[in-house]
Amino acid sequence: MRTIKEIQEEILEDFDMFEDWMQKYEYLIDLGKELPSIDEKYKIEENLIKGCQSRVWLHAEENSGNIIFSADSDAIMTKGIVALLIRVLSGQSANDIAHADLDFINKIGLKEQLSATRANGLLSMIKQMKLYAIAIDK
Amino acid sequence: MFDVSKIRDLFPILKRKVNGRDLVYFDNGASTQKLHSVIDTVSNYYKEENSNVHRGVHFLSGLATDKFEESRRVIRKFIGAKYDHEIIFTKGTTDSINLVANGFRSLLKKGDEIIISELEHHSNIVPWQMCCEYSGAVLKIIPLRDNGELEISKFESLLSKKTKLVALSHISNSLGTINPIKEFIEKSHKVGARVLIDGAQAASHVPLNMQDLDVDMYCFSAHKMYGPTGVGVLYGKEDILNEIPPYQGGGEMIKEVSFKKTTYACLPHKFEAGTPNIAGVIAFKSAIEFIADLGFNTITKHEEYLLEYATQEISKIGGVRIYGTSEKKSGIISFNIDGIHPYDIGVLLDKMGVAIRTGHHCTQPIMERFNIPGTARISLAIYNTKEEIDVCMASIRKVKQMLS
Ligand SMILES: Cc1ncc(COP(=O)(O)O)c(C=O)c1O
Repeated sequence: MRTIKEIQEEILEDFDMFEDWMQKYEYLIDLGKELPSIDEKYKIEENLIKGCQSRVWLHAEENSGNIIFSADSDAIMTKGIVALLIRVLSGQSANDIAHADLDFINKIGLKEQLSATRANGLLSMIKQMKLYAIAIDK
Repeated sequence: MFDVSKIRDLFPILKRKVNGRDLVYFDNGASTQKLHSVIDTVSNYYKEENSNVHRGVHFLSGLATDKFEESRRVIRKFIGAKYDHEIIFTKGTTDSINLVANGFRSLLKKGDEIIISELEHHSNIVPWQMCCEYSGAVLKIIPLRDNGELEISKFESLLSKKTKLVALSHISNSLGTINPIKEFIEKSHKVGARVLIDGAQAASHVPLNMQDLDVDMYCFSAHKMYGPTGVGVLYGKEDILNEIPPYQGGGEMIKEVSFKKTTYACLPHKFEAGTPNIAGVIAFKSAIEFIADLGFNTITKHEEYLLEYATQEISKIGGVRIYGTSEKKSGIISFNIDGIHPYDIGVLLDKMGVAIRTGHHCTQPIMERFNIPGTARISLAIYNTKEEIDVCMASIRKVKQMLS
């Protein structure tokens, strides 16, 4: 399994290919469409991360110290970024997730998607992923 | 002849680019852009006139006070109120409504009723819920029809001797509905109820005359009228303002203070505790003068034309559903595209330089009524153009293509 850092670098390389924002966003939309929807039984209130506008569902399972995440969103752009976060973090060890420095979102120019507008639940999602990891790491 | 390019020249921000494109600003319902004259007045105030109002005996304080009171006079005239002291300066519509709701608590008793409607902004819901919780009064809701108009017959059946207050918006910020407030006011007065109108979305778009409407209280915000943020107005008839106890205590709002008994200042100072947003109030006058000079004939003609054109063009895009199709409508188009989340529309339009708002627009009960997570909303103002609508429509088509 590649490390969190390696996967982030891989994503940066992917995004380096794009010449303009349009290609980048189209790619994100594709990622969002390709990410399998979360199992309906996990689309419950406890797994819901409320953004002001788009919602995110996050489900986590532990597998001998590693955490498997699955997640979903009702907005496709949000879901595209969710897909990237899962690619980076899912299957990693709880300790690595808890200490992960997730700078790829800034670097691929999607910082505004994580701005403090509370419009999407992404910031809270990252926080929640880390909280799961910290809880298991203990 | 109305020349929109001359109007645009008065708003410096309209020249800027966003994401490399000419800005198309269609989020006027949230806040309008600011006039050069407003910006200059604020700046000039701090450079040349700054001082506290109503207090000092020195030259600058006198100057600031004169200008501050001049704003009150201009606003009184603009909305056709009877007395200057019926104009209370607040932070904005939300603040105005809270001022009234807070004071009204003590005028209500258990079992009294307040009527609001299903299309209210949260600012005209939550303060009344708080007021009811405190006083034991009951909140009643006028339901909404599918086209975004209120059910007047339901309103009539809710009215009774128990009704003490009716609080309604003049224009819905989510649906654009222009409510027939004069009719609501007349009917409410017949049972002896007072009426508060939330005019946040109306004051820069339709002519107002408080005496003609015979409305008891009317609220609006300067920042939605090409003026500064942090300034609003509560208009109230003299008698009701005298009845409502003060909202905040402090400097300026007192007649005499002693530890035995404090007496309150008369109107309007009773409700203007503390140092107000002096620069904002003074600059608000520049915004009002712009609107008054242009005149509502010109304003409504241009804005109605834009609304009609935008509605016609957006309806040509397949899969678009418009929420709010009332007969009398202001320049607001709330819509969704089949199978697409409004958030995605907003994010992509922004990338194309088109600023709209997406979400529930602080009107969650409306979204619940239509069973949707939110809408994308275009809201127009006097400086918008047909060409901007064309850019927006082309962008919406592109977004639709990207997302489906
Ligand atoms: C209908 C309506 N009422 C109240 C408000 C609140 O105004 P403010 O935020 O200026 O207090 C708004 C603004 O969004 C509005 O559209």
